[in-house]
Amino acid sequence: MDFFRSIGITEIVFQFMLVNSILGLSIYLTLYTGMFSLANAGFMAIGAYTGVILTQNFDLPLGVALIGGMILGGLIAIPIGYPVLRLKDIYLAIATIGFGEVVRILILNFDTLAETLTGQEVKLTRGALGITGIPKITETWQLIAFLIVAGYFMIRLHRSRFGRAMAAIRQDEQAAANMGINVVYVKNAVFIMSAILAAAAGVLKAHLTRTISPGDFGFDQAVSILAFAVLGGTSTWIGPIVGGFVLTALPEILRDFKQYRGIVNGSILLLVIVYLPGGLINPAGWSRVWRRLRQPPAETGGTHART
Amino acid sequence: MLELDKVTRLFGGLTALNNVNMTVPANRIVGLIGPNGAGKTTLINNISGLDHPTSGTIRLNGEDIQKSPPHRITRAGIARTYQNIRLFSDMTALENLLIGQHGRGKATFFDSLVFTPRYRAEERELHERAMQLLERFKLTHAGNLRAGNLPYGDQRRLEMARALATNPKLVLLDEPTAGMNPIETQQLGEQINRLQEDGLTALVIEHDMSLIHQVCDEVYVLNFGQIIAHGTPDEIKRDPVVIEAYLGKDENDGAA
Repeated sequence: MDFFRSIGITEIVFQFMLVNSILGLSIYLTLYTGMFSLANAGFMAIGAYTGVILTQNFDLPLGVALIGGMILGGLIAIPIGYPVLRLKDIYLAIATIGFGEVVRILILNFDTLAETLTGQEVKLTRGALGITGIPKITETWQLIAFLIVAGYFMIRLHRSRFGRAMAAIRQDEQAAANMGINVVYVKNAVFIMSAILAAAAGVLKAHLTRTISPGDFGFDQAVSILAFAVLGGTSTWIGPIVGGFVLTALPEILRDFKQYRGIVNGSILLLVIVYLPGGLINPAGWSRVWRRLRQPPAETGGTHART
Repeated sequence: MLELDKVTRLFGGLTALNNVNMTVPANRIVGLIGPNGAGKTTLINNISGLDHPTSGTIRLNGEDIQKSPPHRITRAGIARTYQNIRLFSDMTALENLLIGQHGRGKATFFDSLVFTPRYRAEERELHERAMQLLERFKLTHAGNLRAGNLPYGDQRRLEMARALATNPKLVLLDEPTAGMNPIETQQLGEQINRLQEDGLTALVIEHDMSLIHQVCDEVYVLNFGQIIAHGTPDEIKRDPVVIEAYLGKDENDGAA
């Protein structure tokens, strides 16, 4: 423990690492099914605000808030997914970014909107300043337990008919449909699962940070979540967890670099993306790097020329 | 078994299929030939639900399927292969066959989460059936290999095995022997004949006339989206209309 603390990983950093790995898993689900969705930050906001309102305004325990946030996240994913998931690739990404912005702006103006509609003073989301003074009640063991449950969920998913259908859709959507897979159903179900996970992470994170505001769940957050999955790799579910861990811990570990921290942090990310395009957890990528290190490219070229 | 009634498919101003009438009787192997661009693959896409006709009806055992989504059509008993191989190339051959059996399975994700007996029995059954198919298509050695790394002939056979994994009544084969050598073609012909022995029906798009002779009971000829001839392989071979479609008109004045 002392070692981790000495390199900058305190308990709160560790807690954020766990939360971010849950977020990584949530986007992993959609990426694994071939859907480039960036809606996770929006669902995270829905989870965070629902959770905080349940614990602060209704004095409910964190467990109930967690379930409440997950249910609302999942419910909102249903009407969003059905029209939006007809889109593919970059178009889906743009539409889901749009969804994230809608959520952010709705939360920003929720109180004013509710006041105009009801004629009474509403203080729920508290506008741009957000909700402050949230007690820090998320415990490390709760996060670890949640991550273990989510991990088990992933293992079972990959060994199920449903999980195989997800992989098939990613590789060839039309061929998957011709195999008897209901593509629309699987995509929507995965989108909902992903939303539920993101909302759960939102509830848990809100009770770590003590304060939440709409700005915390904007485009930056959506891209960060994507980065967890891309850096860790999406060939297995371990990848996004590792990605979440590394991307959260790295800036803390690099604290000693002071003003050069950003440069070093960015350089490490660049190196990973250039030399390990499949992410950190990707055996094929590592063996390629290993081969390259043992055999300098110039030498290989020479042998080829001679034979 | 399969009836097409005045099936027309327009792509903008282009008539890809023009009033196609066609019947594939149960337990017959029916060939579909035609020059490049005649609309053969469009026809198969329309039958398998990847595309839908602009007008006309497609009936499978008396039931209209021209508006059904592809997964329903597969579950109703129509399987297909593709002209350009479309295996799930990142997965193993075995996994490809497990996915082929998707529509037959009943176990939900929940069954898998808590290991219900239904899940375990079904997974065992799906694996057994996949192994049988690997054996039948001489692919046992390839079970755990990545489908995309298999030799071309193996990939072609795996695609056919995957189509059979869906437990079809009717199999649509889109140029199953494209790129194969004569020996491989003949062996695949034997596999197609075996479909008939097993009580299945097949519609085969093919350019190789020797294969058509080997397997087909009757042949339809498609040209510019229209059926121009229908008969036994021998009749088709002699039909002047078909010869004209393939080789052009005989210029009696010797212009050629």
